[in-house]
Amino acid sequence: MKIIILGAGQVGSSVAANLVGEANDITVVDSNPKCLTNLNERYDLQTIVGVASHPSVLEQAGAKDADMILAVTNSDEINMIACQVAYTLFHTPTKIARVRNTEYLSKTALFAQEALPIDVLISPEQLVTEHIERLISYPRALQVLEFAEGKAQMVAVRANYSGPLVGHRTGDVGRYLPELDCRIVILFRHNKAIIPDRNTVVEPDDELFFIGAPKHVRALLQSLRSTTREVKRIMLAGGGNIGMRLAMKLERQYQVKLIEMDFERAQHAAEQLKNTIVLHGDATNEELLREENIDDTDIFCALTHADEANIISSMLSKRLGARKVMALINRAGYVDLVQSNVIDIAISPQQATIGTLLAHIRKGDVVAVHSLRRGAAEAIEAVAHGNKDSSRVVGRMIEEVDLPPGTSIGALVRGDVVILALHDTVIEAEDHVILLVADKKQVPEIERLFQVGITFL
Amino acid sequence: MQYAVVQRILGILLSLFSLTLLPPIAIAWWSNDSSLQGFLTAIFLITLIGFCLWFPVRNIRNELKLRDGFVVVVLFWVGLGFTGAIPFVLSDTPHLSITDAVFESMSGLTTTGATILTGIDDLPKPILFYRQELQWLGGMGIIVLAVAILPILGIGGMQLYRAETPGPMKESKLTPRITETAKALWYIYLGLTVTCCLSYWAAGMTFFDAISHSFSTVSIGGFSTHDASIGYFNNIWVDTIAIVFMIFSGINFTLHFFAWRNQSTQPYWHDSELRAYLSIMGIVCLVTCIYLSITSDYTDLTKMFVDGIFQSISIATTTGFTTTQYQNWPSFLPMLLLFASFLGACAGSTGGGIKIVRVLLLFKQGIREVKRLIHPNALFIIKINDKPVQERVINAIWGFFAAYTAVFIFFQLVLMASGLDPITAFSAVAACLNNLGPGLGDVSAHYNNINDFAKWVLCFAMLMGRLEIFTLLVLFSPVFWRK
Repeated sequence: MKIIILGAGQVGSSVAANLVGEANDITVVDSNPKCLTNLNERYDLQTIVGVASHPSVLEQAGAKDADMILAVTNSDEINMIACQVAYTLFHTPTKIARVRNTEYLSKTALFAQEALPIDVLISPEQLVTEHIERLISYPRALQVLEFAEGKAQMVAVRANYSGPLVGHRTGDVGRYLPELDCRIVILFRHNKAIIPDRNTVVEPDDELFFIGAPKHVRALLQSLRSTTREVKRIMLAGGGNIGMRLAMKLERQYQVKLIEMDFERAQHAAEQLKNTIVLHGDATNEELLREENIDDTDIFCALTHADEANIISSMLSKRLGARKVMALINRAGYVDLVQSNVIDIAISPQQATIGTLLAHIRKGDVVAVHSLRRGAAEAIEAVAHGNKDSSRVVGRMIEEVDLPPGTSIGALVRGDVVILALHDTVIEAEDHVILLVADKKQVPEIERLFQVGITFL
Repeated sequence: MQYAVVQRILGILLSLFSLTLLPPIAIAWWSNDSSLQGFLTAIFLITLIGFCLWFPVRNIRNELKLRDGFVVVVLFWVGLGFTGAIPFVLSDTPHLSITDAVFESMSGLTTTGATILTGIDDLPKPILFYRQELQWLGGMGIIVLAVAILPILGIGGMQLYRAETPGPMKESKLTPRITETAKALWYIYLGLTVTCCLSYWAAGMTFFDAISHSFSTVSIGGFSTHDASIGYFNNIWVDTIAIVFMIFSGINFTLHFFAWRNQSTQPYWHDSELRAYLSIMGIVCLVTCIYLSITSDYTDLTKMFVDGIFQSISIATTTGFTTTQYQNWPSFLPMLLLFASFLGACAGSTGGGIKIVRVLLLFKQGIREVKRLIHPNALFIIKINDKPVQERVINAIWGFFAAYTAVFIFFQLVLMASGLDPITAFSAVAACLNNLGPGLGDVSAHYNNINDFAKWVLCFAMLMGRLEIFTLLVLFSPVFWRK
C-alpha cells in the first residue's frame, strides 16, 4: 500500500517506523529537514521537505496514486487543509487527520464528505485523556482497554504476594469468583508475554490481563481490592491540553487540584475550569506538594510535556505519600525503566495514538489494535464477515480456526453480549473477535485470516 | 470641554422633553381641567429654553467626547429635574413651592417614588398622569430614549449611554449599533408596559389607573394615583400582577432582549446574576412571611402572605409600592427590607440600589479570600456565568462600593445636622440613594414634614443613586476639569 505521512513528529515517525516493516511504500513530508534526515537514515522510506498542505508538495509525494494520506503535523489547520487538497486534487481514497482542538472536533458536520473530507479523525489528547480516565475509574488496574465500543473491557492487574490470585491456576480463577464472567487471557512474567492455558499457575508480580463485560470487570476489581479507599482526591501536574481536558472531565466527580508552572497557562486553566483548584507552581517542589496535602492524595498524575519532570515529580509524590502515581512518558526507553518500579503506571501517548492509527491502516476488518505493555504484545479486535465458505473463521469452532503460533482468541462480542471463548465456541458472522498476539510478527497473518475470500461479495 | 456641543445637545434634548407634556395637555383639554393653563405655559417655557440653548450653536457639529458625555447626562438630568417641576409650580392644585416641586419631579424621574404630596386621590388627572409619566421616562433612561430616536446623537451616543445605564459592565452592547441597542431596550420596555397595563386593566383597575400604575411598576418607580398606593385596590390579582412585573422589570434587560430575539427562555436559566436575584428575593420573602406569621396579629392568612411577599418584592426591588403600613410591622422587618433595597435589582434593569451583580462579585471575592488563605499558591478566578471577570471590573466595584458607603454616611450626617432624627435620616438617605421611595420614621408616608434643606440634599441623593454616583462624582473631581 502507498501511504503518505504528513508530519515527522513523534507520532508520524513512530507510525512510519511501524508501517515500513509491513511492506508498505511510505513517504514522509515535513517542513523541518532535520526530522526527515533522521528517519531517512534509519528506515527504508522516502522523505520530502515542504509545507504539507501545498498541492505541489503533495503531488511530489505521489498523492496521485497514494492509497492513504495520514496528516499528523502539529497544526490542525494544515492537517485539515491537506486532506481537503488531497481529496479535491488527487482523489486520495483514505484520509486520516489528527485534529486536536475541541472547537473543531465537537462539530461533526464539519467533517462530512462535502465539507472537510476526512475519513478518520484522530485526537491524541482525547485518546490519552480517555485512557487515564479509565485508569482512574479502575484504581487497581494498570491498563484498561475497550473493545467493541466499550462492550468488552480488558484490564491489567498485578498479582500481589498477599493477594487472592497467587498460587492458583488461571483456569481456577473462574471457580474462585463464580459469579464473575471474566478470564485471564494473557499474562506477563518477567517482561515476557505468556498465553496461559488452564494449568498455568499465577506467580507473584505477574501482570494479569482479564477480559469481560465492563460490569464484571468492575466487580472483579472490587473483589480483588484489599482495603483500599475510594479514589477521591486527585492531583494533576501540568495544565497542558491533556491536563486541562482531564481536569474538566474529572472535576465533577473528584476533588481535583492542578499544578501548572507557567503563570499564563495556569491563569487560562483557572478561567476554564469550574471546581478544580489551580495551583501556580512547580510540581517538583516538595514544599508545594506538602502544602497541598500530597500525603492525602489518592492519585497523582504527572502530565507535563517533559518526561524527566514527570518521572521526578511522580517519584517525589510517591515518596511523600501519594497512594498511586502515574506519569505521562513519551520515550519508550524510560517506560520500562520506571514502570511498576518507582511509578505505578507509565502512560505512553504514542501507543494510544498509534494503536488507533494502525487499526485504520491495517487491512481486513481489524477494528482496533491495542498494545499491551507498550508493544510487547497486542490485543486485536477484528470483525468476522462472510460465511463458512468465504471466510476462514466464520462458522468454525475456535479450536478449528487456524491461528498463527503465539496467538489466542480471548473473547467474542456478539451484539451486546460478551462471550468468553471456549474451545467449542462457534464464531458467527459479524462477531467482534478479540485476539491476543504475543508475537507482533503474526499481526499480518491475523489480518489475512479475517479477510474474506474473493468469491464473497 | 466643548461647551458649544454640550449646549446644542442639551437644547435638543430639552425641546424633545417638552413633547412629553403633550399627553397631560391632551388629558387636561379633554377633561377640561384647570391645570391646562399650567401645562401650556410649561411646554412653552421648556421649548423656549431648549430653543435658546440650541439656536446660537446649531451649526456646531463637533464629535462628542467621553468627558462631554458626563456633562451632558448630568446637566440634562439636573435640567429635567428643574424644568419638569414647572407644571407642579404653575398648576392650582397642588400649588407647590419650588423646593417641593423639584423634589417631586426629581423623585419621579429617578424612579424613586418619594413624594411630598398628600391627598393624592383628589389631585387633577393631568397632574397625576404627569407624575407617572415622569417615572416611566426616567425608568429606562430618557437619554437612552433620545439615543434611540435621534440619530443626530449617533456618534457620541455611546458616551451618553454608558453614563446613564446602570451596572458595572457597560461595554456590552446588544447590537452592533448603539441606536439599535437603545431602540431594542425601549421596545422591550414598551412591551412590558403594555402587557402590564392590560393585565392591571383585566384585574379590575380603571383604564387610567392601569396605565398610570403600569408606568410606575415597569419603571420600578413607585408613584401611585392613590394615597394608599396599591393597597387602595384591595385586590389580590392586582397585587399578584404587580409582584410579577416588579420582579420582571428588575431583571437585566439584556436577558429579556436575548430571550426575545432567540424566542426561548434559555438565556434566563444560565444567568448567575438572575439566579442570585431570585434567590435573594425568595429568601427575603420567606423570612418576612415566617416572621410575620410568628409575630403579627393578621387574622387572614392569605392576606398576610400576599402582603408579606408584596412588601418584600416592592422594597427589595426598590419599587416602593405599599399595600399595607409595613412601617408598623415589628421593626426587624422594615429594617430587613430597607437593607434588601441596598442590594437592589439586576444591573441593566430599571431598578436601583447597588445592583445584584456587584453584590455577587463582592461576595465571590470574599469567598476567594478565604480560599486563598487555605491555598496560598492557587489561582482563583472570579467568574460570572462561567466567564472570568476582569480584575479591573472587580476593582471598579470595590471603588463603587466604597464611594456608595462614603456618600451614604455623608448624606446621613448632613441630614442629621439639619435636625432629622437618626432613623429618619438613615431611612431617607437609603430610600433616596437606592431610588426606593418610602422610608421610616418621619418619612414613612411622605416627605412633606422635613425641612427644605433636607429635601434638596435628598434630591441630590436621588440623582446620585440614579446615575450610579460616579457619573455625578466625576464632575466634582479636579482631574475632570484639567485641560
